[in-house]
Amino acid sequence: MDNVSSEKTSFFRDPDKLALFYQFVVMVGVGLLAFYLVSNTLANLERQSIATGLGFIDKEASFEIGESLIPYSAADSYGKALLVGVLNTLIVSFIGIVLTVILGTILGVARLSSNWLVSRLSAVYIEVFQDIPVLLQLFFWYAFFYEMLPSPRQALNPFTGLFLCNRGMIFGVPKWHSAHGYMIVAFLVACVIVFFLKRWAKKRQEATGNIFPVFRVALLLFLGLPLAAWLLGGAPTEMNAPRLSGFNFKGGVSVSPEFAALLLGLVLYTAAFVAEVVRAGIQAVSKGQTEAALSIGLKPGQVLNLVILPQSLRVIIPPLTSQMLNLTKNSSLAVAIGYPDFVSVAGTTINQTGQAIEGVAMIMIVYLFFSLSTSAFMNWYNKKIKLVER
Amino acid sequence: MEDNSQQQDTSTVKPPVTSVGAIGWVRTNLFNGPFNSLLTLGVLYLLWISVPPFVRWAFVDSVWMTDYMACRNIDGACWSVIPANLRFIIFGFYPHDLQWRPLLAMIILVVMLFYSQDRKRWKKSLLYLWGVALVIMGLLMKGGVPGLTPVESSQWGGLPLTLLLSVFGLASAYPVGIILALGRQSKMPVIKSLCVVYIELIRGVPLISLLFMSSVVFPLFLPEGVTVNAILRAQVAIIMFTAAYIAEVVRGGLQGMNKGQYEAADALGLNYFQTMRLIILPQALKIVIPPSVSILISAFKDTSLVVIIALYDLLKTTQSTLSDPKWMGFSAEAYIFVALIYFVCCFFMSNYSRRLEQELNTDL
Repeated sequence: MDNVSSEKTSFFRDPDKLALFYQFVVMVGVGLLAFYLVSNTLANLERQSIATGLGFIDKEASFEIGESLIPYSAADSYGKALLVGVLNTLIVSFIGIVLTVILGTILGVARLSSNWLVSRLSAVYIEVFQDIPVLLQLFFWYAFFYEMLPSPRQALNPFTGLFLCNRGMIFGVPKWHSAHGYMIVAFLVACVIVFFLKRWAKKRQEATGNIFPVFRVALLLFLGLPLAAWLLGGAPTEMNAPRLSGFNFKGGVSVSPEFAALLLGLVLYTAAFVAEVVRAGIQAVSKGQTEAALSIGLKPGQVLNLVILPQSLRVIIPPLTSQMLNLTKNSSLAVAIGYPDFVSVAGTTINQTGQAIEGVAMIMIVYLFFSLSTSAFMNWYNKKIKLVER
Repeated sequence: MEDNSQQQDTSTVKPPVTSVGAIGWVRTNLFNGPFNSLLTLGVLYLLWISVPPFVRWAFVDSVWMTDYMACRNIDGACWSVIPANLRFIIFGFYPHDLQWRPLLAMIILVVMLFYSQDRKRWKKSLLYLWGVALVIMGLLMKGGVPGLTPVESSQWGGLPLTLLLSVFGLASAYPVGIILALGRQSKMPVIKSLCVVYIELIRGVPLISLLFMSSVVFPLFLPEGVTVNAILRAQVAIIMFTAAYIAEVVRGGLQGMNKGQYEAADALGLNYFQTMRLIILPQALKIVIPPSVSILISAFKDTSLVVIIALYDLLKTTQSTLSDPKWMGFSAEAYIFVALIYFVCCFFMSNYSRRLEQELNTDL
């Protein structure tokens, strides 16, 4: 045996040496390509006298942004303008994700409904909305708001306090009152109480076997405490309702047509995919699981909570997160309908400063940050809910 | 005896009329239980208030083949916007009297797609046939050979451009994706990390940032005087993007391979390339055919994003029709028409992928 291994193998027959050789070739190739591109770019930048570096961040942006969560004016810096863009992206993604999960779950459950009409309608919805490009859907909803809805004077008023017109969606909110502050505090208190209640109930169940109705008590606390605070604060009912004055509405909270169209398009598109994810997750749990759980005497609610959900969530969560990421990435299409998200603000910055490389790099880094942090969270979560095999 | 006759009696008794036929179907599928009955009634009510007005708008009060003046004072849909602008929506700025060429190219594509549907025809010769067909389609679009006047690619647009971007995009992204997937599975650290970084980087960013890169950053990468036309740049961006997703799909197939396959190949004395080409890839790629079709569907839909860098694909030609003052305000009609085109294409593809999945399932 020794003789064989000490025999000299030719270079092309030795996998270890070959591997080193290939890697060396690839490294040199990539290095040469990078050198070629960088030297070209530097020459081009110099010839076209484009500045490099991130110096523009502190300069005055001198463009307005249609909507912003933080105070912003054209006199602020590019850095602040970009921050406004990031916040706009985050807010539309966050609200979009919440609504998508709700709508997608409803559609996914409806797809499996024993009611023929409901399940067919849900199937048609899923097929239609999955097969139309999201950008086209965004254009459609944008046109819907600007062309098909009437002017503020003839605004649609489907129910009291909500107006739909080509200036967007305007709805009434309760006028701020100190009682509302107490309600928030009461809600937080309820959260803390429920947290400890849950721990105590679990301990008691392990010790005595008695089950404490945590869910019902928690619901009572979540609703009851804020309600009590509201009553104690004087039960204010005054509303900040929108009123027509001149050519537009005053008061209330208004949502711009761009935001509404973007949100609507993203939610309706992504919900179709989430519905499929939810359906697959529910179907992944075999019927025997339900039957077995019922036969050992669990109640239907317990079957859902203790047997079905833990198993189907394990199937649902990973594709669901990737759909949420898709929604976040698709929110970059806002640039096409004029909602000032991060890509749109960065695009304006590129046009004004000419610093395309820095601008595109920033777009990529911001979205990479979103994706990587989400997948880090996902990995942690996956580890946590992984089947413990004995 | 008595028992027997009784049994015969019951066997001839028909089931109650409420549990079979139309009524039985309605009872078991729509009104089984109070909750479902309520649900059915609610849904029927919603359909009642939404479908008849839509039908009236789309079919009863609508006009189909008129000029734009006739659309001013009607309540229904003005479908006339489509026939009046059809050639521009479909072909963009392609020279008017040469539009038979993209039309022929599209027909070849459709015929090829239908021909390749049957799995019995999946042989090497089909691959060559596709190569020839793609070259012919390219020549028809571009011209430049005797008998065909050259057409600048800046004049390409509409549906041919959409199909071109997705078909050529997928055809070129597939080999790249396979190489990336093999690289990611490789034991060589340098190659593996390069592939992982590439795949995760591309999958982490939106396609639009790559398109921006192709339109504003890529020209800076080239030496002075060299330019690449906008369509090719967008095509490269789409290929780079799709390849990363294909790589992940193919990786799934590679991971599904039994370790014994590799060991058997080693035992036969095959080297790495032989193992991959003859043993691993033929099996792994077969597993990933259905997910590949869904990549094709999303690549097809994603080509619409080139609107943002001002290429005249199907969506952009529609938009510019709508910015014509004559036809302004009929967005719903035009967008529904384009949505229908996209839907029909994607619906066929997804149905096909579902069928394929079933066929392949029985094989295994």
